[in-house]
Amino acid sequence: MNRFLVPLGAFALLAIVLAISIKHSPEKGIIPSPLIGKAAPPFNLPVLNDSTRTLSNADLKGRWYVFNVWGTWCVSCREEHPFLLQIQKSGLVPVIGLDWKDDDAQAREWLSQLGNPYQTIAVDREGRTAIDWGVYAAPESFLVNPQGIVVYKCTGELTPEIWQTQFVPRLAAGRAGS
Amino acid sequence: MRRVLLALLLALGCATLHAVDTTELSDPKLQARYIALTHELRCMQCQNETIADSPVGLAADMRRAVREMLLAGKSDDDVRNFMVARYGEFILFRPRFSARTAWLWLAPGVLLIIGAIVAVRVLRQRSALVGQDNEPLEEDISRP
Amino acid sequence: MLPELGHFALILALLLAALQAFFGIAGPALQRDRWTAAVTPAVAGQFVMIATSVACLISSFVGNEFSVKYIAENSNSALPLFYRVTAMWGAHEGSLLLWIFLLSCWTVAVAIGASRLPPRFSARVLGVLGLVSFGFLLFTLATSNPFLRIDPPPADGADLNPILQDPALAIHPPILYTGYVGFAVAFAFACAAMLEGRMDQLWARWTRPWTTAAWAFLTVGISLGSWWAYYELGWGGFWFWDPVENASFMPWLVGTALIHSLAVTDKRGLFKSWTLLLAILAFSLSLLGTFLVRSGVLVSVHSFAADPRRGIFILAFLIIMIGGALSLYAWRAPKLRSQAGFELGSRESFLLFNNILLVIAAATVFAGTMAPLISDSLKLGTLSVGEPYFDPTFMVSTLPLLALLSVGIRAGWKRGRLSDSARVLLTALVVALMAGVILVFAIYSHGKVLSLVGGTLGVWIILSSLADPIQRLRRGFTLSRSVLGMTVAHVGLGLFVISLTTVESFTVERDVALAPGQRTSVGNYEFRFDGVRSIEGPNYSGVEGAVLVMRHGAPITRLYPQKRQYWVQRSGTTQAAIEMHNGSNLFIALGDELGAGKWSVRFQIRPLVNFVWLGAFIMAVGGALAATDRRYRVAAVPATQPAASGAPGEAPG
Repeated sequence: MNRFLVPLGAFALLAIVLAISIKHSPEKGIIPSPLIGKAAPPFNLPVLNDSTRTLSNADLKGRWYVFNVWGTWCVSCREEHPFLLQIQKSGLVPVIGLDWKDDDAQAREWLSQLGNPYQTIAVDREGRTAIDWGVYAAPESFLVNPQGIVVYKCTGELTPEIWQTQFVPRLAAGRAGS
Repeated sequence: MRRVLLALLLALGCATLHAVDTTELSDPKLQARYIALTHELRCMQCQNETIADSPVGLAADMRRAVREMLLAGKSDDDVRNFMVARYGEFILFRPRFSARTAWLWLAPGVLLIIGAIVAVRVLRQRSALVGQDNEPLEEDISRP
Repeated sequence: MLPELGHFALILALLLAALQAFFGIAGPALQRDRWTAAVTPAVAGQFVMIATSVACLISSFVGNEFSVKYIAENSNSALPLFYRVTAMWGAHEGSLLLWIFLLSCWTVAVAIGASRLPPRFSARVLGVLGLVSFGFLLFTLATSNPFLRIDPPPADGADLNPILQDPALAIHPPILYTGYVGFAVAFAFACAAMLEGRMDQLWARWTRPWTTAAWAFLTVGISLGSWWAYYELGWGGFWFWDPVENASFMPWLVGTALIHSLAVTDKRGLFKSWTLLLAILAFSLSLLGTFLVRSGVLVSVHSFAADPRRGIFILAFLIIMIGGALSLYAWRAPKLRSQAGFELGSRESFLLFNNILLVIAAATVFAGTMAPLISDSLKLGTLSVGEPYFDPTFMVSTLPLLALLSVGIRAGWKRGRLSDSARVLLTALVVALMAGVILVFAIYSHGKVLSLVGGTLGVWIILSSLADPIQRLRRGFTLSRSVLGMTVAHVGLGLFVISLTTVESFTVERDVALAPGQRTSVGNYEFRFDGVRSIEGPNYSGVEGAVLVMRHGAPITRLYPQKRQYWVQRSGTTQAAIEMHNGSNLFIALGDELGAGKWSVRFQIRPLVNFVWLGAFIMAVGGALAATDRRYRVAAVPATQPAASGAPGEAPG
């Protein structure tokens, strides 16, 4: 008698798993980053508007920053752009740009047309730095603390909602603590 | 959001186009390892394809990274660890054997053992019943 | 006008399905014969309504009715007529309607065949089918209505996904769904037996042809999908262990176990609870597959643009149908013990192993497919499972199965008497081994242990399957369709195994960058790339390459791979050029333009690959033969007569 209940029991377990997975499904396709809580991957890249300078992690240590990966070929980046300008205006935290697999001249043109929200822009022509940061879709935005640890990653467009619910609280908590 | 994502993937050519990777490393052993590794790693944009087959730029970049690591003398595990450190376990098509995945890898073997036990029990039961029924013996295998 | 008519027809169908389910189940239960008799008209009415709905949708597609949202998303005025029709099932909403339509067709078929069944029993079967139909209709109307309009209507549609603009993929869903949905019939028969509280050999005899027919359709459906992937997707592979592929493969594995288990129940009244459980399981896996594809919980290139709301609905439906059936099972199955016996070495024992191993195979695929889901839901982190997992683990259960098959085919019922067959079997094994060795070392001159094993097993299966039928034919007996069907199906399987082995072991592949006029050699062939030219089609433009294929310096043929860009969806496809030569497939696909007329090109030589699908198709033909055996069409035997293991009046063979 008992063993005939096994299929039903197994199905009940399966149904529970499926129900939970439905709850999680909007996040499908967005992979959690293994970098959270770890040191930001080191990089040393040329700067967009100044061919004599390079930008590296060391330059950025000691303060919070948002690392935003973008490209002129990326449609969502254009949509996210106005909000990045707002972040810059608020002065809450500097936004460092990573121009991913892009053309320098086009990038400069784009920024002059739409505005430049970035404090500095590092240029990753080959895509190596992007791979180091686990980037797989543009735009992506990382929040890095003064100790150089990646605190949060947003995959996809950085919306005001995500900013308010994910970035601002972490910034506030971090700054309050230090 | 999903609709946009799907449209984007289609525009990128995921699943409709594929990559033809003309890399040929001079050492045939390295080439074999390169092919094996690129078929084990998932493309993070066309998530249903390996980086060997995916037509997007990211896949080409990742193939280049694998190539460079192999030429630099790294082992297969080094390459896998490199990718997992950056993208997580999701990037491997072969789940690595660990405490978390043990159940998955051992499942077929365990099921086989359970199946054998069940088979033995049923056979014992049924062989004992053979002499006892009065059924006409139709053993002709011509009637399946 | 038409879309509204179609919508209305669907609502009526929903009501009729409800009536069908109600009368079918309550009528016999409460012994109200008028209700029981009302089921058949409900079936007919439902079919008419659903057919009307489908006709309206297809006409609207053909008529370019872009004010209908579904049509605007999946069609275009430049789309060729044939694809405007097949676009009906090109996306989620329409494919659901197709599912419902095919279920209705099966229901009508069962209603017609039911004249041979006791009326209460057949009413129950139709009632359960009505319940399934009701669920799907409700789901469609509530969350996935293909008839919704959009305002303002666009001037033109977004075009059908280019990879679906292909004849094989156009008929793949109807055939696949016919198989998928067909297992609902076995499920309904099982539920009817459980509701009635009685399940005997006669029940098995009734259920067999329906189940075998559904299985045959599913076999063809899966093969078509695989074949399409091979020539359309441009990477030369044909099975990726993609979650959606697995979703159709699991019911197939369980369905195979089911048709064999039904044979035992029919023949000797054994394995009753096994058969019942397998019937429930096969359809449950079909439903699960529907869930996985449409709920958004899985990452897959096949999955429809999904919606968690839909996922919740389907899950609720799953819980009701499967939970209900399994509860019935827990209640009724304990009373199904039979007292028949069999020995080790008997046909029954081999079919027992068959059941167990096929279920393990299905469980393995299930584990791999669901692992990412399970791991994620239980917060065990992300897990990723693909070909490198499935390939080795699948063989753990299937290699023993294939080995046992050859022996089991020659086993007699109840006692086996395998010693009688020992000589034939051993001879066949030796021949098979020799064939395997020749294959691996002489024809292809290299190979692995697995190649030898695969080749030997495949040949052994074929020889063992043919031994007895050939003997009988020699003695002047004719073969019944069921024996013929069984033999053909197993031979098809053997061919499948042989070709799968050669493909996996001996495929040669190279990706090369070539300028016009340059040559390369791959395997035993030389290829000269002759550049590309521009081409234009009804709704696409692209390039076509020309490649001259030579062997030992002499030209054999020319191949023309294409790369297309579809205007409206702005996505491209690769049309590989494939031709068979000496049993192998020459496969050429264009990659990318590398500048200065140079192109990257993929060359692949796949030995015997066409037999992979041919073998599967032959299996399906065997199934079709077996399903149409005369004894299933004999007039109804009254329930009181014991179903003896072979009526004396029937001639042997």
